[in-house]
Amino acid sequence: MLLINCPYCGPRPEAEFANGGQAHIARPADPMSLTDDEWAAYLYMRDNTKGLHHERWRHANGCGRFFNASRDTTTDVIKRTYRMGERPEAEHQGAKP
Amino acid sequence: MTDTYRVRRGDGAESRNAVHFTFEGKSYQGLAGDTLASALIANGVHLVGRSFKYHRPRGFVSAGSEEPNALVGVGATQSRYTPNLLATQVEIYEGLVAESQNRWPSLETDAGFLNEYFSAFLPAGFYYKTFMWPRMAWKKLYEPVIRRMAGLGRAPAEPDADRYTQVFAHCDVLIVGAGPAGLAAALEASNSDATVILCDEQAEMGGSLLSDRSASIDGMQAADWARAALDELRKRPNVKLMSRTTAFGWYPHNFVGLNERVTDHLANPAANQPRERLWQVRAKEVVLAAGAIERPLVFTDNDRPGIMLADAARTYVNRYGVVPGKQVVVFTACDSAYRAALDLKAAGAKIQVIVDLRKSASGHWVDKARAEGIKVRSDSIVRGTSGRLRVKSAQISNAQGGDAETVACDLILMSAGFTPSVHLFSQSRGKLSYSEELRAYVPGESVERERSVGACKGLFALDSVIESGAKGGRDAAAKAGFPPRGERSYTVSARSVGADAFIGSVMADHQAEKRAWVDFQNDVTAKDVRLATREGFRSIEHVKRYTTTGMATDQGKLSNMNALGVVSKQIDVAVPKVGLTTFRPPYTPTTFGSFAGQSRGDLFDPVRKTSIHPWAEAQGAQFEDVGVWKRAWYFPQVGEDMHAAVARECKATRESVGIFDASTLGKIEIVGKDAAEFMNRMYTNAWTKLEPGRLRYGVMLREDGFIMDDGVVGRMATDRFHVTTTTGGAARVLSMMEDYLQTEWPDLEVWLTSTTEQWSVIALQGPNARRVLEPLVEGIDLSADAMPHMSVRQGRICGVPTRLFRVSFTGELGFEVNVPAGYGRAVWEAIFAAGKSYGITPYGTETMHVLRAEKGYIIVGQETDGTVTPDDAGLGWAVGKAKRDFVGKRSLSRPALVREDRKQLVGLLTTDPKAVLEEGAQIVLDPTHPIPVPMIGHVTSAYWSATLNRSIALALVRGGRSRMGEELSIPMPDGVIKAKVVDSILFDPKGERLNA
Amino acid sequence: MLSPAIMRSNALSPMRSSGTTAASATTLSILPDAAKLVFRGKTEAIEAAGAHFGVKPSLEACRFAAVGGRSVYWLGPDEWLFQAVNEDPIEVFGGMSVALQAQACSLVDVSHRSDGIAVAGPTAALVLNHGCPLDLSLKAFPVGMCTRTVLGKASLLLSRSEEHVFHVDVWRSFAPYVWQFLDEARSLS
Ligand SMILES: [Zn+2]
Repeated sequence: MLLINCPYCGPRPEAEFANGGQAHIARPADPMSLTDDEWAAYLYMRDNTKGLHHERWRHANGCGRFFNASRDTTTDVIKRTYRMGERPEAEHQGAKP
Repeated sequence: MTDTYRVRRGDGAESRNAVHFTFEGKSYQGLAGDTLASALIANGVHLVGRSFKYHRPRGFVSAGSEEPNALVGVGATQSRYTPNLLATQVEIYEGLVAESQNRWPSLETDAGFLNEYFSAFLPAGFYYKTFMWPRMAWKKLYEPVIRRMAGLGRAPAEPDADRYTQVFAHCDVLIVGAGPAGLAAALEASNSDATVILCDEQAEMGGSLLSDRSASIDGMQAADWARAALDELRKRPNVKLMSRTTAFGWYPHNFVGLNERVTDHLANPAANQPRERLWQVRAKEVVLAAGAIERPLVFTDNDRPGIMLADAARTYVNRYGVVPGKQVVVFTACDSAYRAALDLKAAGAKIQVIVDLRKSASGHWVDKARAEGIKVRSDSIVRGTSGRLRVKSAQISNAQGGDAETVACDLILMSAGFTPSVHLFSQSRGKLSYSEELRAYVPGESVERERSVGACKGLFALDSVIESGAKGGRDAAAKAGFPPRGERSYTVSARSVGADAFIGSVMADHQAEKRAWVDFQNDVTAKDVRLATREGFRSIEHVKRYTTTGMATDQGKLSNMNALGVVSKQIDVAVPKVGLTTFRPPYTPTTFGSFAGQSRGDLFDPVRKTSIHPWAEAQGAQFEDVGVWKRAWYFPQVGEDMHAAVARECKATRESVGIFDASTLGKIEIVGKDAAEFMNRMYTNAWTKLEPGRLRYGVMLREDGFIMDDGVVGRMATDRFHVTTTTGGAARVLSMMEDYLQTEWPDLEVWLTSTTEQWSVIALQGPNARRVLEPLVEGIDLSADAMPHMSVRQGRICGVPTRLFRVSFTGELGFEVNVPAGYGRAVWEAIFAAGKSYGITPYGTETMHVLRAEKGYIIVGQETDGTVTPDDAGLGWAVGKAKRDFVGKRSLSRPALVREDRKQLVGLLTTDPKAVLEEGAQIVLDPTHPIPVPMIGHVTSAYWSATLNRSIALALVRGGRSRMGEELSIPMPDGVIKAKVVDSILFDPKGERLNA
Repeated sequence: MLSPAIMRSNALSPMRSSGTTAASATTLSILPDAAKLVFRGKTEAIEAAGAHFGVKPSLEACRFAAVGGRSVYWLGPDEWLFQAVNEDPIEVFGGMSVALQAQACSLVDVSHRSDGIAVAGPTAALVLNHGCPLDLSLKAFPVGMCTRTVLGKASLLLSRSEEHVFHVDVWRSFAPYVWQFLDEARSLS
């Protein structure tokens, strides 16, 4: 059971959380202006990352907030959790210095 | 019975009480503190089981949890019977009843032994080769036979009478293993404010120290030092000592599963003791002090009863005070077996010869053995043994071959060195590295916050073991934020036994390897392993699955390294390149009871009941499960079956008035100045113009355009909506709403609160509903003009506050009375009493389903399956076409969602009005079409309609709305049923009744 | 046509008599009925709500504040539970609504949504830890802390009012399960 650091409540056991899939996929502002392919990409296309993955969690049995976590999918190590609206740190985006 | 193999224990504590127990129906006597293994050995019993494939007689190989052979079933009654326990771990108590497994008809004469004569037909991979053809033979012939012959124990015939619990625990430092390294780690780590848990799988803590007669620490004999250290730890309030507790699994983020065996060793457990307690421990830091497991040598007929690991024999003598044999041959590749031989000799056994695989045996231990007059043969092997139910002799020759000498014996000790127990480290995803010196894997780079100390790290000399334990304990406490208050020093006096080791088969002659066992429990020989490599399996993961080596309940604790050695030599590839099989939890077999914990019987799942439930129960209602809710299904009267009850409930509701508990419906209160805007975005419908005091049926889609949920929504005020959802969808809908609100539209001033359990909902339906309610209601005008269909009013009923909905899911004049849940039952009873003169009839979910189906109202999850659009379901009218956007809108114009031939909701009337279709039945155009018959739809709902006096059905049919009047076929096992496509509204299509 | 027989029922009342007789250091008891309101909204609004209620709500996460029979529990960064023991929900709700008329917030009466259990005794934390995965040591879960969490397969609001006294607030339909779960844990520890 993972230990997840809720940005509001602190470290809590995974049993209190619900995973919300890949992070940083914003709903298009005007869906009707999108082509079918663009809309399908938003609906269905997700990364299958080996390594650092940014994902959403909700502290469902806690404060109820959605937030993001940067988790290494090979080790389950969570490098950082951060609130909705914040960006992952540059070093965690895989950007070369 | 006299235990002729009993000797004085090393520590002199001889005041042990006699304990009587039964094994294989025979009574024996042991002493308090014995394991079943040590007690049987004291009685000269070595034959304890039969092997898995060939049913060869087998005896004790080890003295611990790595034991591959001595599997026993324990328990005098079926409800307390546990299979697959290890005799080396089972502690005896007065009256214990145990039996061996894997034998038929008896342990001494076993019919399966014949398998060995057919061993030529049971090579590696025999499951794959033999049983693949013909296909039917597997089920009818092979499987039943294999099931009986295979020794996997038998499941108890009755439910487990014991109780089990689970507990979550937290500590700063968890130390796994209470041998020398673990004790030192605990002494150091707890010399701080850190909370420390020290656990050990054995009954007595101390590990190898308990079997050591030659070493001393701080001037004390090793076992005495261990007991003194434990006394000291016991006095520290920050330390929790847990014996009989196996750390069986490592889960992410320093979460370790411990299984505590609470009562298995007790003849009369107390009432408040669970049999086992599963501890789920979150530790800031972990110290792994799991020790090492001695490795067998692989030689021909190395599996006879009376052939055991050298250090195990030392444990039996020094710790339990039993000598496993009196005429001993020792076969070794390392010094530790000399130490064992000397201890056995001191206990009175005769050491016939020490056969040493090494080219030239020398050093302290060899000299000491020779000095004591023990014959030592270097560069030699035991290449065969004799004796059917107990070893009788060993054939000894030079390692390269040549003439063999036969030496009589009743015990052969073997040792190929020690394999560090890296199981938990590996489960923690730490990287292992191969040590050429130890011929074993040792912990490399860590991923989690842990460190390995002592023998599990590959350290075997007692002084370095204790030093590494102490350092690990200090490090763990400091890293957890509690630097120890000092360092203590340890004076260790012990002769090292070095680290010599061997892996693989010792046999020079490959032909002889057909009975050289690598995996005792799964009956895999060196020859099998070599055969697998010859057939092309080069990865150890593949060899494992092909030969089944390492796949038994012992998970290859003894066999994995030897299998690797055989493969490595055979294909001439270095061991690390051959790979290593994955270590998975549990470390040792763990009971299902422990994993289930309290989650059984009434506590398996929460059972959710409404406040009206007890009333329905008292009325004799039958209930159905909807999620974890119990809902009243129907209310049978004396002599009625379900069919009759439902027909009566339907008629009563249509003709006068029915009462229904709708409390399980999900409810969400949506409040804020942007509430209507939020509703516009979440639902397909338009909400802006809905006036306060009005209701609207709302449809919610997923972003992919398919129906997710539906429900009636009341606008209580401009900024307040009372939303209802399906019973099963309540949590999902609320979570999705929160998701959009928090992540997409945080600027909206609107907030959500679940009110599902705040309100009891009493549905009153039927032409007399208004007449029943009127006298009970205060402050609400129920007349059709003042309160039309789809409106909501607030007032009081029976003196308590209510939100009264005028709404109908039956097609009749109807109301849904929402009252605070604590008043639900009382209000229900008051309404029921008031309805008596109208013949008010309680109805359940089945009648509700029939009544709504007659009206063509859908049920999400029944008419929909996650691929149904509003238009498919005939709900196109509920989609606000003028709205710029709502969740799912964009998907509704995707090509696949606008195709003409999508499945659409229609009604079906069977040609034979008495034939009720089956829900889920497939619909075809031409049942005589050759298989596969193209399917054009399926039945979603089907009932007997008492109102219409015929069967009715709803169905999703390709292009269904353009097929009105068409006759379709529904092929069933008993024949084809014909049905005509009709509109989905089968009763009162104009809706005159609900506007009454 | 008001019926004087309409009395509020507690989902736990049937449990009162079914407790085990096992000797345990920890007791379970049913907490009295209370008016309970969920407040959600902006920070200015929560301050106004607290001022009217007479209890200053904690802005720190996972803490509750209490004055007499009234307490305010932090549930989330925009969510608090206002509780008034043995008070009439209609009155409390009415008063609060008026006070918050101009505020950006939501107030919802949930008085009947849940029932309360007190878990009291020196082994209370251990009993709760049979199903609750939180660290309940005084250091990690001090007196004055509250949080939603899980117990077995149920979700609930857990708070610590004294070193050896925890309060559990749980939705009605889950309350019997939680009671039985704790009772079983109590009898085995
Ligand atoms: Zn949180």
